Amino acid sequence: MAGNGDTDTRGNLPPLSLHVPEPKFRPGDEVDFSHIGVTEPGAQPRPDENCEAGETHPLCNDLIRVLGDDNKAHGPWDPKLDPETLRRMLQTMALTRAFDERMFRGQRQGKTSFYMKCTGEEATSISTAMALADDDMIFPSYRQQGALISRGYPLIEMINQIYSNEGDKLKGRQLPIMYSARDYSFYTISGNLATQVPQAVGFGMASAIKGDTKIAATWVGDGSTAEGDFHAACTFASVYRAPVVINVVNNQWAISSFSGFAGAENATFAARAIGYGIAGLRVDGNDPLACYAAERWAANRARSNAGPTLIEFFSYRAEGHSTSDDPSGYRSAQEREEWPLGDPVMRLKNHLIALGEWDEDGQAKMDLEAAEQVKAANTEAQKLGTLGHGMHQPFETMFEDVYEDVPWHLAEQREQSLREKEIKFGKKDPGEAQ
Amino acid sequence: MTTDTSAPEAKQKKAKPGEDGERRLNMIEAINDALDTMLGRDDDVVIFGEDAGYFGGVFRCTAGLQEKYGTSRVFDAPISECGIMAVAVGMGAYGLRPVPEIQFADYIYPGYDQIVSEAARLRYRSAGEFIAPMTIRSPYGGGIFGGQTHSQSPEALFTHISGMKTVVPSTPYDAKGLLIAAIEDNDPVVFFEPKRIYNGPFEGYYDKPAAAWRSHDASITPEGYYRIELGKANVVREGQALTVLAYGTMVHVAKKVCEEKGVDAEVIDLRTLVPVDIETIEASVEKTGRCLIVHEASRTSGFGAELSALVQERCFYHLEAPIERVTGFDTPYPHSLEWAYFPGPVRIGQALDRLMADI
Repeated sequence: MAGNGDTDTRGNLPPLSLHVPEPKFRPGDEVDFSHIGVTEPGAQPRPDENCEAGETHPLCNDLIRVLGDDNKAHGPWDPKLDPETLRRMLQTMALTRAFDERMFRGQRQGKTSFYMKCTGEEATSISTAMALADDDMIFPSYRQQGALISRGYPLIEMINQIYSNEGDKLKGRQLPIMYSARDYSFYTISGNLATQVPQAVGFGMASAIKGDTKIAATWVGDGSTAEGDFHAACTFASVYRAPVVINVVNNQWAISSFSGFAGAENATFAARAIGYGIAGLRVDGNDPLACYAAERWAANRARSNAGPTLIEFFSYRAEGHSTSDDPSGYRSAQEREEWPLGDPVMRLKNHLIALGEWDEDGQAKMDLEAAEQVKAANTEAQKLGTLGHGMHQPFETMFEDVYEDVPWHLAEQREQSLREKEIKFGKKDPGEAQ
Repeated sequence: MTTDTSAPEAKQKKAKPGEDGERRLNMIEAINDALDTMLGRDDDVVIFGEDAGYFGGVFRCTAGLQEKYGTSRVFDAPISECGIMAVAVGMGAYGLRPVPEIQFADYIYPGYDQIVSEAARLRYRSAGEFIAPMTIRSPYGGGIFGGQTHSQSPEALFTHISGMKTVVPSTPYDAKGLLIAAIEDNDPVVFFEPKRIYNGPFEGYYDKPAAAWRSHDASITPEGYYRIELGKANVVREGQALTVLAYGTMVHVAKKVCEEKGVDAEVIDLRTLVPVDIETIEASVEKTGRCLIVHEASRTSGFGAELSALVQERCFYHLEAPIERVTGFDTPYPHSLEWAYFPGPVRIGQALDRLMADI
């Protein structure tokens, strides 16, 4: 049989071996990021927004950058924003960073169960959200709080949600940071990774079905691109030319797993676009101007019926994955300081200074004001309670919104919960009982 | 991922009103009519799925709709149940009323995360800011030599999900009225269509010629808009001796066996499994004192277990015999041994004998 012959001829071959990716640096290692190709700012061509998707393919393996070491904007991707817009972008970043600091501390102080920072990735949510129209629907993952803040969502509402207090618009049902803000075109965040990506495509398809001009923009992490939903999203976006921007924030880490476990050793995330026949861009995610320019390019493309774009924002998750994570267990502490693309807030600040539109005093004042603003919102929110025993909402609200109306079986369970409440707390409100 | 092993024999022809003005439709035509009615009434209704557009569906349920309403209302989809469910959720968030089709219920699992984690929870987790007013249509059930992946009855995987409604029609009249109600409902609904009875009622005898719907009164289907409220069961036969709880194909099978054995059964077609019509169930079991639950799906943790528990909890002092469940066996759905697996007349008959033994 042929099988035997094959076995014979394979006799000299070395045994197969499984390749299991390994990050370059582990705790204690010296970090050398010289292998990361940092391109020349301004050197990347900017194709027409209505170009064939294929024209963008060289950009999928490049890195679009605008801000140089000279803190000046270079090349065709310079969005040429006025200083007022740049200052607003910087101020939103300062506010987001201050918010993250305060909420992280709030978790450590036991005011809530959980928090996630976006430190180092502010440009990927704030600069990008600013490039969209206010009514374009944002389908975020859990690390785009900057987008919500950039849309002017009240900080106190965010903190109420994080503390699950009596002011929480989501009625204490959701894990902290899983915001929902329809009035700000910010879609309800799910704990299930990547589910929002094909949903964004569906939203874009709906907008196209109705002949609307709205588009959808969605964010997903590098790790979550491995989910099947990402493939479905790219396929449907391509098939129906949905007006959608798929933003992949490649921050190098998915909890403890480096991006190699999502296939980054073999191809860029932007290069995934090539196989689907959709436009792809790869962008310096710590360059606020490049982030803005790429998102605007993709939004204009989507809005003019030219189809979807996949953008990879090459960045770095400067902090731990969440308050439940300690990155010193899996990566070198030097990585953050050695990261070759720097810090997005510092880069934007230095750009404004180089333009003669900003100075260190202004920055110090801005940072202080941001901290004060967060502190004031936090003080107000705390008046409505912190997590504590968690029972800040009337018990019966637990049974609302499962369905539009409360069916008989939930009505019965609601009665049961109210009987339990009375046994536990008497006629008093649980808040008073504690 | 789909193989059509069970397409109906011939392309369906739309029924015309007869001389007496009655319009008799089979279940496929009734579903098609419901979709046509809702596409015409509500510009936000959109229909899509594998082969659902140009071709009109492998069971012809969407035949002619794309031609009538255009490709932006009725269209073909990639072979991706996950994608189909997800874009329906996104469309709902926009404000549309999507009616996606999953070609066989056996293939709904790739879309399960989107249904369970997203569609079912959207309203709850956003405190009503976003809703998923979608109706997932899917042919389901066995009795057609569909083997393991064209025969399943996965309703229990959906009745267990808070936030989902689950509907199974058993007649053309019900299929149209319930589907219209499901599409209009602002909650996500999974609408399982028993494909064994698409063309005619099935009473459990695989070795007898199949009947057509035309000779059955439940094929008389009004033109235009009407709805059957979700959550309301239908007492298809009134009786005193025992209560039969069934849905889909098994309504017809169970009713036939009761008639053959001369048992004065009250046969209840649940129609909606969640929320189930508990009042009708309670009233009936309190009257009869006996309860037989029949479904095609496998036994362990099937929806029958929930029904049995509800009846036991709420009608305990009225019960004169243990509640019986007649179901599929706890095996994957077999091909050649289908009629050994199917909960047909013999299995139902034996359960009736046990239930009625002490009378």
